[in-house]
Amino acid sequence: MTTPTNCDAVRIEPDASLTHNVQPLLHEIRHALAQLVESGSTSSIDLRSIPLAPGEEERLLAELGEGEIHAQLSALGPSEIIETRFPGVWLVTHYNAQDEIIGRFVDVCEIPQIMMAQTDDIRDGLEQLASQLEAGLTG
Amino acid sequence: MSNDKTLGEALRRQGVSRRGFLKFCAATASLMALPPSMIPRIAEALEQARRPSVIWLSFQECTGCTESLTRSHSPTVEGLIFDTISLDYHHTLQAASGSAAEAAREKAMEENYGGYILVVDGSIPTLNPGYSTIAGISNEAMLRDTAKGAAAIVSVGSCAAFGGIPHAKPNPTGAVAVSDLIQDKPIINVPGCPPIPVVITGVLAHYLTFGTIPELDALGRPKAFYGQSIHDRCYRRPFYDKGQFAETFDDEGARKGWCLYKLGCKGPTTYNACATTKWNEGTSFPIEAGHPCLGCSEPEFWDGGGFYKAISTPTEDISRAAVYAVGAGAAAGVALGALNRARKARAEKAHEKVTIDDLEKDA
Repeated sequence: MTTPTNCDAVRIEPDASLTHNVQPLLHEIRHALAQLVESGSTSSIDLRSIPLAPGEEERLLAELGEGEIHAQLSALGPSEIIETRFPGVWLVTHYNAQDEIIGRFVDVCEIPQIMMAQTDDIRDGLEQLASQLEAGLTG
Repeated sequence: MSNDKTLGEALRRQGVSRRGFLKFCAATASLMALPPSMIPRIAEALEQARRPSVIWLSFQECTGCTESLTRSHSPTVEGLIFDTISLDYHHTLQAASGSAAEAAREKAMEENYGGYILVVDGSIPTLNPGYSTIAGISNEAMLRDTAKGAAAIVSVGSCAAFGGIPHAKPNPTGAVAVSDLIQDKPIINVPGCPPIPVVITGVLAHYLTFGTIPELDALGRPKAFYGQSIHDRCYRRPFYDKGQFAETFDDEGARKGWCLYKLGCKGPTTYNACATTKWNEGTSFPIEAGHPCLGCSEPEFWDGGGFYKAISTPTEDISRAAVYAVGAGAAAGVALGALNRARKARAEKAHEKVTIDDLEKDA
């Protein structure tokens, strides 16, 4: 069976200047950041809830850029936590085990909640370390 | 996993860390179309959520709804929700067959009487029970029997919600929707042909999380997913506002991604989550691929006029559905300011059809 390689599909190339979600989103992020500075209150924007046109997400991410922190998290599939070039503005992307995006958020905060060690996990870790010491060091 | 274990305990037993749980909650909030500020509440509620029993009945349907659901490869969210619910009867997916399958349904009903969720896909024939039976039981009898002990019913797909294609003229089987037969139970309609998979799981997740049915619109659809029209959330909306329309499928407008209104797009009268949630893991949706919305999540989807006729043009068949489509189309136009208010009022008074030419003049 051969696969057609040169079909006459109609290419859709939308006019970027008319589908404008990027600028309002950046303004929203600016307001959120100002709030963080003034009152310490944090914000989170679910990018999946916004009707983005083709290419808009890429343009938004390009505007936000990459800053000093790029963290990987492995819990129920990978997650990527990037501080953008604007300190306090984070891009948190959750993937499933097939590397498909299942959630993408712009978090405006000092550090995303999911980066912090969680009390339950710390307790579990403490128990584990204690029993490891009791059993004798493996090395 | 026993039914009395909470979701928090079950996940912890599977070795999922608290961080993993928070990630699950974030994805679930996004899935349920809830704002991220709700994540802590969702975490709190899910931690305590108990595993509900689900009985899934398939009547006059094409299995497209089940396909849609099982083709969603997001094991970390939908999969976990399905691990969390107890799917006790689904004749396409279950291993048991024949009398063993029916016994599973009866056992689940007995053990969870008054507490299980009944999911239905497909419409129910009323003219002759022989059109569709399962294990010799007519669809109507099985629905009435299983509905009795259900806490709530979820009608998945346009067939179960509104009758769908079996209900289309001339409706040879006398097909009706679940809500035409059952009136004494809360019914959540999740229409679409098929519905977006995450919308199906989102509704189940809502029930799982909060133990209540979500807020519904006049047609029984959850507002979180069906609260806004495709048109209102469409990224091509600025083209509509500027009066830039594709006239054919390969003209300049089509290539530039202009509005598909004139090609019959049902976006203004269709309420669904396609424009934001999209399909195939958020890849695209019909309008993004250059095809008008067919309005598959609306009643009278098949009988509402031609798929490629603009919604405000008269259809040959002036049925209730056509009048509904015209009225809603006109209302959407006014909301946009694209239609002259006085003209619309005059048109409504005189029951005059609004044509594309009228819309263009005012745009």
